[in-house]
Amino acid sequence: MTLTEERAKSSPMRRLNKPDPTARSRGGQRFLLVGLIMASAYSLFPVWWLIVAATKDRTGLYQTNGMWFSDLHLWSNLHQVFTYEDGIFLRWTANSFLYAGVGSLGGTLIALATGYGLARFDFPGRGLVFACVVGSFLIPIALLTLPLYLLFSEIGLVDTPWAMLIPCLINPFSVYLAKVYTEATIPFELLEAARIDGAGELRIFFSIVLRMMTTGGATVFLLAFVNTWNAFFLPLTLLRGEDNWTLNIGLYNWSGKRAESGIDLTSLVLTGALLSIIPMAIMMVAMRRYWRSGVTLGALK
Amino acid sequence: MIRSLRWKGAAFTVPFQLGFVFLYLLPIGYAVYQSLYRSQSSGLGLGGSTDKFSGLDNYQQGLSDSAFMGSVLRVVLFACVQIPVMLLVSLALALCLDALTSKAASRFRIVLMVPYMIPGVVAAIVWLNLYSPDVGPLTSLGRVFGLDWNFFAPSMVWPSIGNLLTWHGIGYNMVIIYSALQGVPRELFEAARLDGASEWRIARSIKIPFVRGALVLTGMLSIIQMLQIFNEPALFRNVTPQTIDDSFTPIMIIYNQAFNAGNYHYAATLSVLLALILGVASFLFYRLTARETD
Repeated sequence: MTLTEERAKSSPMRRLNKPDPTARSRGGQRFLLVGLIMASAYSLFPVWWLIVAATKDRTGLYQTNGMWFSDLHLWSNLHQVFTYEDGIFLRWTANSFLYAGVGSLGGTLIALATGYGLARFDFPGRGLVFACVVGSFLIPIALLTLPLYLLFSEIGLVDTPWAMLIPCLINPFSVYLAKVYTEATIPFELLEAARIDGAGELRIFFSIVLRMMTTGGATVFLLAFVNTWNAFFLPLTLLRGEDNWTLNIGLYNWSGKRAESGIDLTSLVLTGALLSIIPMAIMMVAMRRYWRSGVTLGALK
Repeated sequence: MIRSLRWKGAAFTVPFQLGFVFLYLLPIGYAVYQSLYRSQSSGLGLGGSTDKFSGLDNYQQGLSDSAFMGSVLRVVLFACVQIPVMLLVSLALALCLDALTSKAASRFRIVLMVPYMIPGVVAAIVWLNLYSPDVGPLTSLGRVFGLDWNFFAPSMVWPSIGNLLTWHGIGYNMVIIYSALQGVPRELFEAARLDGASEWRIARSIKIPFVRGALVLTGMLSIIQMLQIFNEPALFRNVTPQTIDDSFTPIMIIYNQAFNAGNYHYAATLSVLLALILGVASFLFYRLTARETD
């Protein structure tokens, strides 16, 4: 808490002080730039290679220089990805959007309500609830997922969309973030004033608190969305049939086909991998502001 | 606070509490319960099996299971190498960014964050293909320098996975450390410069101690993730089953016990054990780093 507060205080000052040319030698500056450029090249070249690879056909992929384009086969690759096994790739994409979108939306709403309750009310057991939230960060995913598989198969939820959606509704990290955001944005006095005016608690939450928490809520949603989109162990365990798979599980399956049955789907896998990055990249760039504050805030508290 | 208001406040947390009971407490309880039983096939093994209470026998078996303990040790050793390397690189990059003008810094920051935007499974797929001797450019690049490396050789598997994890994790860790660096009061640098301190000295004596908290936190998160590593080795195994066996990491063993061997009781036992190991490791790491800051 103290770190972010200090950061907020010191940042206007910083902007005035920086840049500070007297303090650094030119040679030192150049050395830093070379280091950063090398790190950037390391970060970007695999992505570049993936883009190039997605435009090549099988022979191009195996026989030409991987870092540069040869004959353009992007359209036929896309056509192949979308029509392979009756367009199963589109189905996986829709599933990924369904689980990440709906699951995170529900999860965010529950998290905001819980965070608000924890931050602005003093009820017995509040400490215990918060301890559960923080304690759950240490629980290995296997400890939850395997018994969940058994419990869900008892009630017939395994291999249905519910198997992914229900676990997404309860996200302790979202609750933790929501509590932190409530503390930072909702003043006690405002709640008092609304109560004196005769507003009910539910109304206060839905028409005042939620509106003031749009930034915090968007961050919580974004992080939950990314997490669900990237999930691997949970869908691998709980979803058995191809129809309910996510993009991740589908690509995993395709990339294993070669060792398993000798069918080489490499160019399909790579084009699919590139496609599966796009929604995530658009989302992250569009919501850059929220995302940055979320990553750093969550980390510093 | 008025009594009725308290309860209304508590009501906001009820959906979460109910969900937590069903999705966290109940499964954990069920796993612990299962870990105390063993299934015994009745008769000739054809008539199904019954569960029999076995106390802590499963735990004894788990602790003396050389495949499981070996995989824990393997992952811990790997963590001791990969995490410091990744955090050092992230710290160095954060310090570099901090020394640039804010405009240049924000450009580099976006570029360096690109790997973090890529889902872990996709990142593994991309690197697997980069490593691949058939389609990847790295093998032929190595030949140019006279290196005949094979990224899928048994001795190269951990460095290959380590490079993948480092590539994927640098941006995220760098941003956390960088934002902690922004909190250092700039007056301190002026004072130090007036006293004749070099930039390197300022970084070492002011900046690094100041971001210690962020380093401890990123280190802790990395340890928690590393002990549970599954995706990357699973994808490697998918492509080169001959180098990575199915007991490579603790979670892989647990998954196989549950879904290939059908031994849920033992899988539950091992996941409880892994949770305990994770708790102990986090506690030790926390104590080790907290004592020095006091």
